[in-house]
Amino acid sequence: MLNESKVVGLPLARIDGPLKVSGKARYAAEHFATDMLFGRVLPATIATGRITDIDVSEAERFPGVVKVYTYKNRPTVAKRESKWKDEVALPGYTMRPLEDDHVQFDGQPIAFVVAENFEAARDAAELIRVRYAAYDPHTDLLQEQANSYEPPVPRMKEFMPPKPRGDAEGAFAQAPHKIAFEYYMEGEHHNPMELFGSTVLWEKDGRLTIHDKTQGPQNSHDYVCNVFGLKPENVVVQNKFVGGAFGQGLRPKYQLFLAVMASLDLRRSVKAEMSRREMFYLTWRPVCLQKVSLAADAEGNLQSIMHHALGGTSRYEDYQENVANWSGMAYKCDNVKISYEIAKLDRSTPGDMRAPGAASGVTALETAMDELAYEVGIDPLELRIRNFIHVDQNQDKELTSKALHACYREAAESFGWANRSHEPRSMKDGNELVGWGMATGFWEAQLSEAEAKVSLSSDGKVVVSAAASDIGTGTYTILNQVAAEAFGVSPQAVTVRIGDSSLPKTSVEGGSWTAASSGSAVQVAARAVVATLLKHAQSMPNSPLADASEDQVEIAEGRLVLQANHQVGVAFADIMEAAGVSEVEEHGKVAPDPATMKKFSAYTHSAVFVEVKVDEELLIPRVTRVVTAVAAGRILNPKTARSQILGGVVMGVGMALHEEGMVDHRTGRVMNHNLAEYHVPAHADIEDLEVIFVKEDDDKVSPIGVKGLGEIGIVGVAAAVSNAIFHATGKRIRHFPMTIDKLLAEPDRH
Amino acid sequence: MDSALLGSGLPTCSVNISINGENRSLDIPPWVTLLDLLRGPLELTGTKKGCDHGQCGACTVLINGERVNSCLKLAVSLDGAEVTTIEGLGTPDNLHPMQKAFVEHDAFQCGYCTPGQICSAVGLVKEGRARSRADIRELMSGNLCRCGAYSNIADAIEEVLGAEGAQPYKEAAE
Ligand code: FES
Ligand code: FES
Repeated sequence: MLNESKVVGLPLARIDGPLKVSGKARYAAEHFATDMLFGRVLPATIATGRITDIDVSEAERFPGVVKVYTYKNRPTVAKRESKWKDEVALPGYTMRPLEDDHVQFDGQPIAFVVAENFEAARDAAELIRVRYAAYDPHTDLLQEQANSYEPPVPRMKEFMPPKPRGDAEGAFAQAPHKIAFEYYMEGEHHNPMELFGSTVLWEKDGRLTIHDKTQGPQNSHDYVCNVFGLKPENVVVQNKFVGGAFGQGLRPKYQLFLAVMASLDLRRSVKAEMSRREMFYLTWRPVCLQKVSLAADAEGNLQSIMHHALGGTSRYEDYQENVANWSGMAYKCDNVKISYEIAKLDRSTPGDMRAPGAASGVTALETAMDELAYEVGIDPLELRIRNFIHVDQNQDKELTSKALHACYREAAESFGWANRSHEPRSMKDGNELVGWGMATGFWEAQLSEAEAKVSLSSDGKVVVSAAASDIGTGTYTILNQVAAEAFGVSPQAVTVRIGDSSLPKTSVEGGSWTAASSGSAVQVAARAVVATLLKHAQSMPNSPLADASEDQVEIAEGRLVLQANHQVGVAFADIMEAAGVSEVEEHGKVAPDPATMKKFSAYTHSAVFVEVKVDEELLIPRVTRVVTAVAAGRILNPKTARSQILGGVVMGVGMALHEEGMVDHRTGRVMNHNLAEYHVPAHADIEDLEVIFVKEDDDKVSPIGVKGLGEIGIVGVAAAVSNAIFHATGKRIRHFPMTIDKLLAEPDRH
Repeated sequence: MDSALLGSGLPTCSVNISINGENRSLDIPPWVTLLDLLRGPLELTGTKKGCDHGQCGACTVLINGERVNSCLKLAVSLDGAEVTTIEGLGTPDNLHPMQKAFVEHDAFQCGYCTPGQICSAVGLVKEGRARSRADIRELMSGNLCRCGAYSNIADAIEEVLGAEGAQPYKEAAE
């Protein structure tokens, strides 16, 4: 009888759960040293200009203050731009904190106060007197359209629009049904609950141990070493627990630079934690203006797709994301034209935020698809099914898998879509209008380079190590499961070590690739351990496994056995004893396979169905029900996987109804830089959410068949909400978030 | 007695606060919040700082059994008070029922809002006001979760309320 341990695929509770719920999990700013100093940033209060005078004398005299840094006394650091480029840097000039008297965005750090205690640093920062020569800020994307440009240096080749195919304009002109509208998304802010922080523990021999809030400890490590000219072996960066990031922690943040700078300069340990206000001056999801034109024949077959996107960036870097390319791969269409431009604003550089590009672009496309469905006069789901495509027309490649039909079917059924009446404003519940809307979601399924080390000791204990991160995604748990499964041991026997720059090389945690990449690396390493064990076993006298090959053996119940016959085998403790070792440890490494990538594209897909209820008179919308079906290959842990999707859906509801960084364009300042005025969904906003994972086997996307889940949950949600609001009210809102004022101002379609 | 916790040369006030059942005599500068006292000198970092402005609930602790945003409380105002933080509710090996329910329902992802959610939920149960899921959602709305674990948090709280015999949660628990 085969020993079906089957840990992978079980809804195991998070391994790190007990530490997190008891307050024992320590985040970046929660580490201590004797004699530790505290740093606090003073943010600029103009968006563009120069500092003409900065007087720190009063701050310096404040009891407990040790030193105040400004551009005037910043210690010398690297000059060459290449030294400042982190793993996911952008084309342009990287922001260097306290470099000179230039101010390029509201909130730019212009001073760093270091004191013996937190309160002194905080209060002294208020005593710094700054005078500016302020220039006129340009922060309104709508005003900067004339200055837009195609990024001269592409951030990634994949972000470039595909070459036009067919004749999109001609087909549009001739088609019987067409729509063309502009969609505008306000900028969003990640706002993970944990504030960005770094604790730099300074040791007498010059070594630094840094606890940093980051999605990539090795990225922070290399940045610190390059910028400060430190020996790699003298710096360790850890991020054992990360209180959310959603993309904001991909690139090193300025508090890391400032804390390390002060620590090296003062030869003491330093902790720096941002304020919530500062969290709004970091990377953000850029404002985005899109024009989508769709045309169809009488049956709803797409004849033409045109999608132009314009995103904001900063003065000093060209942030780019894939906003519009989705429109070329989502549905079958032979006449497609896609373009993408950016425009400079006097703001901080935007950055990747959960499903960067897709969250904005697919929202526009999927709202436009709903508009087209009403123009043609067919059911919005039917329109999508009619235009289903089995290949990637953008890249002229096959798909590794696409179980999107199953998503549509299963989500529609669970939602009860068949009972929907087509006409807007035709469903009601008491004094609320009821609307049902849907959308499709797309995200790339990516594999990144990843390494892992796995060891098995003679007493059956397994240790997994990799410089991967768990930003709430469940990395600890799923890597445990992959290793437990490989060795047929219980999850309790496995220890996962991640969040440390000294561990095997791993890319930053982003793009939903960690489970697929690090998970596969663990599996490869585990297989290598089995291979080594087999080699040792075969050197034993009269080995029953003498003729076995690597792919014929596995570990079960503490023994290395033949897969076909578990009776034949040797206890691995005996194998190790015979070999004179107490453990076997091996490395595993994965990277995208060029041959597969040449032939195939890989995407995650979803179908999102939303119910809204809108107060008939006040037009207050609420999302009462969301059913999301996801096709993401193999699901390693349905419990943590479900949470990933829930999180995406909640952020999608925020995008639809709440989230908006409000800029006073006269001053270029973010006005609502706090959690009372930048609204994120709260408990009361989130009602009934359902997640379905449809079956999808994919042996090409990654060695363990995983596609990744971090982004797909948000994609399409805002569009589905917008479509549901239209269905409820007859009002089409093309400006996100769809707040009450916009609903009140919009005339009824009926 | 802890002394001169926050650096020398600053005016301090003496207070006695019971923290997780332990009496602490503290000399504290009057401008220090309970949150900063906990997270700094006392190294009780289970209580989190998400905003420092009473807007997120991450810093929720129980003061004399009631849920309070500790960033809005000056520590010197708490002479004689009993403060319970997440560390005082349970330990990884001996979790409080609410902590256990959070783990089982995967009511968190990054875990940063979680101690505040749990303290708030424990306070909510004690208040005895939550009778429905809608009540839970409304009365927990001071605790933001950017990871979006809300529905799982509500599941966890419902389970505990049911086990505590709250009406109408009683039936659900049986
Ligand atoms: S830190 Fe106290 S409410 Fe946010
Ligand atoms: S679990 Fe991350 S903020 Fe709630």
